[in-house]
Amino acid sequence: MIFLKLIVTNLRRHRIRSFISIAGIAFSVAAMLTVVTILQGAIGMFSGILSSDSEIIVFERNVSDLFFSNVPTTAVEDIDGWPMVAHADPVLFGVVSSADHPIITCFGLNATDARIRKATWLQGDRTKFAQHADDVVLGVRAAEFLSAALDSHVQIGHAAFHVIGILKTANGFEDGGVFMPLGSAQSFFHKEGSSSVITIKLHNKEDAAIFKNSVKAKYPDLIALEDAEFTRSYSQFKILKATAWAVGGCGLLLGGLGVANTMIMSVFTRIREIAILRVNGFSNLQIAGMIFGESALVSVFGALAGVSIGTCFLYGLKLIPALHGYIDVAIEPGLMLIVILLALLTGVAGALYPAIYAMRIRAVEALRFE
Amino acid sequence: MNNTVSAKNVGTVVLRAEDVWKSFDEGTITVLKGVDFEVNEGQTIALCGPSGCGKSTLLHLFGGLDEPDRGTVSVNGIEVNRHRNLLRLLRHEIGFVFQLHNLIPDLTLEENCLIPTVAAGIDHRTAQSRLRQLTDRTGLSHRLNQRIQKLSGGERQRTALCRALMNKPKILLADEPTGSLDEQTSSTVFELLLDIVATEGVTMVMATHDRELAVRCDRLVEMHDGRIHEPAAD
Repeated sequence: MIFLKLIVTNLRRHRIRSFISIAGIAFSVAAMLTVVTILQGAIGMFSGILSSDSEIIVFERNVSDLFFSNVPTTAVEDIDGWPMVAHADPVLFGVVSSADHPIITCFGLNATDARIRKATWLQGDRTKFAQHADDVVLGVRAAEFLSAALDSHVQIGHAAFHVIGILKTANGFEDGGVFMPLGSAQSFFHKEGSSSVITIKLHNKEDAAIFKNSVKAKYPDLIALEDAEFTRSYSQFKILKATAWAVGGCGLLLGGLGVANTMIMSVFTRIREIAILRVNGFSNLQIAGMIFGESALVSVFGALAGVSIGTCFLYGLKLIPALHGYIDVAIEPGLMLIVILLALLTGVAGALYPAIYAMRIRAVEALRFE
Repeated sequence: MNNTVSAKNVGTVVLRAEDVWKSFDEGTITVLKGVDFEVNEGQTIALCGPSGCGKSTLLHLFGGLDEPDRGTVSVNGIEVNRHRNLLRLLRHEIGFVFQLHNLIPDLTLEENCLIPTVAAGIDHRTAQSRLRQLTDRTGLSHRLNQRIQKLSGGERQRTALCRALMNKPKILLADEPTGSLDEQTSSTVFELLLDIVATEGVTMVMATHDRELAVRCDRLVEMHDGRIHEPAAD
């Protein structure tokens, strides 16, 4: 108890300094949690687009981005006819811009695609999709920011399209997208005869390995991946995740420097006290334990505050209408644990030098210290 | 000059300094110049001498807080080695009382006294029992939960004495223990100190300027110019 009190006493003695350190860790944790959660949510949403009523995705091998992938229509038709395949849906991704929105994602789809079938049609008739080349269906968010209504015409890129429906999905990306008939999209994006990916639904999931091997054998330029494999291996996702962790890591590094500063000051201001403890038999380990204990407390309080701030911030973002569907506030327990552990490690690392300094304090010299 | 001072009383030698030299500021100030000194078990010894004569330095060397440049310092027959024996020495064999009480201001009297027991890993019940015993003896049992700031100078020094004796050390090194107290309080604290060390069978070496207090010890040792002279008492 006294050992704990020695730790807590010093934090209480310098309340403002302790508060600033805790705040440093808290904001670092909150930043890391927010950035990683938002990006993981974004990745989840993008994966959701691909895995809608399918379990395998086929795309061009070795492309850095699915927007650059070209899967020939002949391959789509062939694969759709394989006995193990329930249905093969080609999807063409394209990006266009409008006056106020530099990036609008377009989806070129067949009328039977799950994205069209499963969405909630707020306006318009699903059966009319893909009957005319200049027809488009807008996601509810896209309709808002394009100020488009049913039967109106919208300028998308270099062409005007007729809005025949407005739909809502559970996915922020899709809600902010434009859905075109596949043929129109191929023509619009100058990708005649190809799509970006094929999403595959198998009759039996157990056939996934056979299917992947078949694609590999017959179409060496294409690759088939199960959804989970794709999420793990897609380079864009990897870059996003690495960026998120790097940004969060920088935040924690700054927090760690704050803790280091606090702990150094803490040791400097109680050199005499440490000397007294030494004279009374405290070992190096006990002295270091006290310093590490202090930084661990700062880190724990900081991490807890950071998780609270981060969660509140994410919920706050979710309430912003413009971000509706883009923010997934479900913080993974594993992520939370990692962030808290990282915060603790940061605290411990920040206390390393101060602890070594404290261990080297010579009682006889320190007792002369006023 | 023969600097060897032999023990007055026949008994086991608990503290021994042999040809001890100590200098500071890269050798420019030599404080101890070949000190030979022995202390027998159970003795109370007053080290007297002017400021800077090396009293505190000798105490620090006996307590393992510093190292001699030359010569050996041993406690209970074991050479004081900063790396091997120091912790055991400080936890179980030696207690320190300083001129300034050196208590931790944010802790209570009780908590300050219990610090050595925490360091030595002594169980709470044993520590509490010892605390009651010592605070009863020193008249502090009603002040256990008081913070140090609220204690008088005499109470603080008595607290420091309790802390020094918590782990039942056999040797007490007291560096001007009453130096910061007024005459009356000084006398009271010193009486208590002598009484407790006698009762507990503790060997005490005390550095002091106060010759009136010094003569009440078993031995009075004078230090001058880094050397020891004995006897010097009237």
